[in-house]
Amino acid sequence: MTSVKPVLRLDGIVKTFPGVRALDGVSFSVMPGEVHALMGENGAGKSTLMKVLGGVHQPDSGAIHIGEEVVAIADPLEAKAKGIVFIHQELSLAEELSVAENIYLGELPRKSFGRVDWGKLAAETDAILKRLNVRFDANDRVGDLSIANQQMVEIARALTVEAKAVIFDEPTASLTDAEKVVLFDVIADLKAIGVGIIYISHRMEEIFRITDRISILRDGRYQGTVATAETTEEDVTRMMIGRNLDLSRNASHHEMGEVALEVRGLSCGDLFRDVSFEVRRGEVVGFYGLVGAGRTEIAETLFGLRVPSAGQIFLDGEEVRIQSPADAIAHGVSLVPEDRKGQGLVLGMNCRDNMTLPQVDEMKTGPFVAEGAEIAIFDEYRERLDIRTPSWRQKAGNLSGGNQQKIVIGKWLSMNPRVLIVDEPTRGIDVGSKSEIHKLLRALAAQGYAVMVISSEMPEVLHVSDRIVAMYSGRIIRSFSSEEVTEDSLIQAISGLGGDQAA
Amino acid sequence: MRPGALSKALKGGAIWGFIVLELIFFSIAGEMVSLSDKAFMDWDNMLLLLKQSAPIGIIAMGMTLVMVNGNIDLSVGAIFAIAAIVLLDSMTWPIFAGLGDRAIPVAWLLALATGTALGALNGLIVWKTGVDAFIVTLGAMLGFRGFVFMFNGENPTSHLNWTLVDFAEAQVLGLHTATWFLLGATLAVWFLMARTVHGRNAYAIGDNREAAVNAGIRVGRHMTINFAIIGFLAALSAVVFYSESGSVNPNDGQLYELWVITAVVLGGTKITGGAGNVIGTLGGVIAIQLLRKGLGHVGADTSTVNLVIGLILIAVLILDRQLNVKGKEALKI
Repeated sequence: MTSVKPVLRLDGIVKTFPGVRALDGVSFSVMPGEVHALMGENGAGKSTLMKVLGGVHQPDSGAIHIGEEVVAIADPLEAKAKGIVFIHQELSLAEELSVAENIYLGELPRKSFGRVDWGKLAAETDAILKRLNVRFDANDRVGDLSIANQQMVEIARALTVEAKAVIFDEPTASLTDAEKVVLFDVIADLKAIGVGIIYISHRMEEIFRITDRISILRDGRYQGTVATAETTEEDVTRMMIGRNLDLSRNASHHEMGEVALEVRGLSCGDLFRDVSFEVRRGEVVGFYGLVGAGRTEIAETLFGLRVPSAGQIFLDGEEVRIQSPADAIAHGVSLVPEDRKGQGLVLGMNCRDNMTLPQVDEMKTGPFVAEGAEIAIFDEYRERLDIRTPSWRQKAGNLSGGNQQKIVIGKWLSMNPRVLIVDEPTRGIDVGSKSEIHKLLRALAAQGYAVMVISSEMPEVLHVSDRIVAMYSGRIIRSFSSEEVTEDSLIQAISGLGGDQAA
Repeated sequence: MRPGALSKALKGGAIWGFIVLELIFFSIAGEMVSLSDKAFMDWDNMLLLLKQSAPIGIIAMGMTLVMVNGNIDLSVGAIFAIAAIVLLDSMTWPIFAGLGDRAIPVAWLLALATGTALGALNGLIVWKTGVDAFIVTLGAMLGFRGFVFMFNGENPTSHLNWTLVDFAEAQVLGLHTATWFLLGATLAVWFLMARTVHGRNAYAIGDNREAAVNAGIRVGRHMTINFAIIGFLAALSAVVFYSESGSVNPNDGQLYELWVITAVVLGGTKITGGAGNVIGTLGGVIAIQLLRKGLGHVGADTSTVNLVIGLILIAVLILDRQLNVKGKEALKI
């Protein structure tokens, strides 16, 4: 047997930016047919490393080997030419163009007079789509495809070049479980033809399901590589953050108060139907289900972004009609949205202004903004929520994910809400800050807030909730107390199996 | 039928449906109120309408390309005027005096080259500096217009060449020369956008510029070529028009950029780029000219015409938005 040579080997990669040593001697190798996980907290250097591989940044020292040769990657084009292909977290597709044109973007086959060779394009695209076993065709407009299928288009693009290494950056962030299975099948196929795969994800269960080895970065430094089969989640977590993480259940140890929010028979078209539940003061109710189960849509309806087609909403026992976010805010309903950067914050604005955004109109003295009062509010919540920023002048976009999330939460707390809805509280937030956000949510409940948490991560739901509402296909299947819930029963409920069938 | 196919068909055909509506409306309204006893849908009248559509229409083809590409060009009216001056003035230059009527093609080439060069200049600035096309061409609009006034002050530049006038007034197979140029420009740009790699790359760039860059498309080059093309077409429009009229005022072509953009948007091109085609634009051009002519036919004055076109433009954009969000669950803002 001949010894197998790695398809990609990094040797002592160093990259510094003014004031930061982003990568400090990173070395690891990817074998052909291997799925190699790259893990680390946000800021550990994963994205910098990927930019070095993609030719966006040049390393200060160290070498990249592809096969036998040492290569310098000057720009993204060259990375592609050398067989390094990226499947990005944010898809980079032209939505108005067809699937075929997107797959061959920049490389459309030509005929005389610069004409596109549509026949050749269709034939080659069909062959690739067949290999991927997908259910859309070459002429479909990419904007009409689901996110999962759009990702398949990106993967198809990787197959047009002779890819040696394919890098997946958080590929499952917006996929349903069924779509994940399809993605994992495709990864298995790539593996089978000897492609080396680098798989970046925060999701442990995926890492342990599909990867062969795991390399871990912390603060730009390489922490080591372990064989997936010989390690545990706990070990990996410890390597990532250098300490143990408490992910145990967290039942409430305090008294529940009055019912703050009650929803009866709420429906919104096909998105969710006949939904009833209540949230008490001092209680965290977790909403768990697959993407598309209708959880976010319920939150959007309560916040006035969608108009319900039937049903009633009660706040503190009084029926209310919420027709716009302004109504919702006036009634004390707050939403910390899933898309923190897009919907929760004005990234270019400073921390103080972000925090006082919904109430700046009420705080003015005459026509002028009351800056002093704004700073006082900011300082209060910086202390209460432990927001780490040098000053209120810092732009929100410059903060870490965890601190950004705290700004959004602080924004609503300063309005003294009756109900706080948090959609995906820790999406894109690194492991260390995650547990801090979890603690914060628990603390808020203990202080008497009524909190609704929507999450796609089971450990998170189990960890923070007093009660868990399981949703499937727009319906509430079952509501569990934190004592009675088990992983199995929860998985059954959100898969539409078992539990009480909705009457 | 696929989801979205209906709204797509509606959008694609809407402008032509609108044209039919205009024709019916003005025919009936014309019968009732018009001072002239000629019918609105008279054959000669329609041929004339096509001819009158040509100056805006030829430029609009280039604007479709540039807007699909994700840019805009506000300097087309000024390029139009400069090309006209080059055309008319160059025929009087002493070095061409010996050429007789052979000076005509030389003057045409000079004017077209000038337009192409000015367009390419816009494109190069956008490419090399990375400044937004709106700003660059806004500056160019003012700057080029400055040249026009520097050349002859407030006075018109005139030169009438009867051979040229005969050519411009000719009718081949019933259609005027200008109409043929409009149809030719439409066909050429259609071919470029729908059939060539350059054209498809232009769509990709306008749709998702970052994706195009990452795919190795030479974004700057494509944009510069498209600016050169719109410069060429602005000059072509001037060449066709002034071959007949023989006199250019320094204010000629002002507001053309806005009429052109109106026609392109009416024709269904997405303002942010990535979608649109010249067939829709041709519809937009004809619809506007019909409206101008029709309102004139029933006795409305210019200010009324502008008001109506403005309202229709806004109505079209509202309608377009409605069609686009239909089917998707639209979030309220």
